[in-house]
Amino acid sequence: MKRLVEVTINGERHALALEPYRSLLDVLRNEVGLTGTKKGCDVGDCGACTVLLDGKPVNSCLVLGVEVGGCEIVTIEGLQRAPDRLHPLQESFMQHGAAQCGFCTPGLIMMASALLAENPQPTEDEIRFGIAGNICRCTGYTKVVTAIQAAAKGMAEGGK
Amino acid sequence: MRRFEYHDPASLAEACALLAHHGAEASVLAGGTDLLVEIKEHLRWPRHVIDVKRIPGLAALEYDDRAGLRFGALVTAREIETSPVVLEKYPGLAQAARELGSIQVRYRATVAGNICRASPSADTLPPLIADGAAVRIHGPAGGRTIALEEFFTGPGKTVLAPGELVTEVAVPPPAPGTGKHYIKHGRRKAMELATVGVAVALTVDGGTCRDIRIALGAVAPTPIRARAAEEALRGRPLAPAAIAAAARNAMGECRPISNVRGSAEYRREMVGVLVARAIERAREAVR
Repeated sequence: MKRLVEVTINGERHALALEPYRSLLDVLRNEVGLTGTKKGCDVGDCGACTVLLDGKPVNSCLVLGVEVGGCEIVTIEGLQRAPDRLHPLQESFMQHGAAQCGFCTPGLIMMASALLAENPQPTEDEIRFGIAGNICRCTGYTKVVTAIQAAAKGMAEGGK
Repeated sequence: MRRFEYHDPASLAEACALLAHHGAEASVLAGGTDLLVEIKEHLRWPRHVIDVKRIPGLAALEYDDRAGLRFGALVTAREIETSPVVLEKYPGLAQAARELGSIQVRYRATVAGNICRASPSADTLPPLIADGAAVRIHGPAGGRTIALEEFFTGPGKTVLAPGELVTEVAVPPPAPGTGKHYIKHGRRKAMELATVGVAVALTVDGGTCRDIRIALGAVAPTPIRARAAEEALRGRPLAPAAIAAAARNAMGECRPISNVRGSAEYRREMVGVLVARAIERAREAVR
């Protein structure tokens, strides 16, 4: 039986009628049309589907749509500060070539944004520990780490 | 995902009634990081999923020097990993929580869920058993409390009867002069299941072992106490020969199997190595 779920996604209120066995990931992609969040493994191993649920990074494939009533969700589409102004992490990933195929990138950026919110100046070890649940099979992570470090530095200097 | 009916009871009584009514067709949903994977991978087919997150009173984490640590069934691995009091008084548990899955998983996964899933390799179980933890259970007949080491009956199997729910985990306060350590041995640093897990809680008096509890993960059908290993040390000086004897005894009392993560022989060898190492590290951590 479908349940009515009211949820805020990227600042916008949605009222959705959801089957209970639909993951938040499928709801975001198929019901709301936000396909920036990627479906990789669908069992919580790869991190490509990472979104912020009430500010916390979670694998949206391991959350049911019906669990998020009253919650606030931010996806990669909601991270930028204005339509023409990307988040410093997004800018930094582009500048440092931290994406290759790009499939893991939205999840990595969402995880990194949660990491920097908790720890604005992480060490390399802290960054690598933080993104351990985000699998990238192209880059070897070096440029990803560099991009996150550079974004952290920029955000601290810019006071943004 | 396979279809199921979803229930989100607002009270313990309602949850237990649903669990009792639906019996084997019901699964409890807390963090969902195991359950939803098992449903997706067709390892479990619940017709009814009972979400316990709306039940009040299950989310607290408290510590006091007399009662020790108490945390509700909804407390996540991430809360345990980052709790200052857990880091200070229960460092083995904090370390185990930190090594469970990814941060994304730990923000959802509950320690009570890790307990009730009853995986032999579950990270939080050896340190909780070494710490002398007990679980509080609520059911149709009322409440009961059981030592965690008595809770498991086999891989994925526990003493929980239909209609029963774990509501709280209680861990005694550390005695003065106690050091703790947990070692997770795996094939890689992160996103790994333990090949062997060893937890030690050691209380010393000068150079003598006043008390010790050693718990092993992933080397038997359930997490186990290594009692013969403990006996080699309890009441004796913490000398290298005694530690070596404890390690040998632990190798004798574990019952590992061979699987994709390691052979039984390898696991038994590593139990010897890691028990000795964890005892040394626990001694260094004595405070």
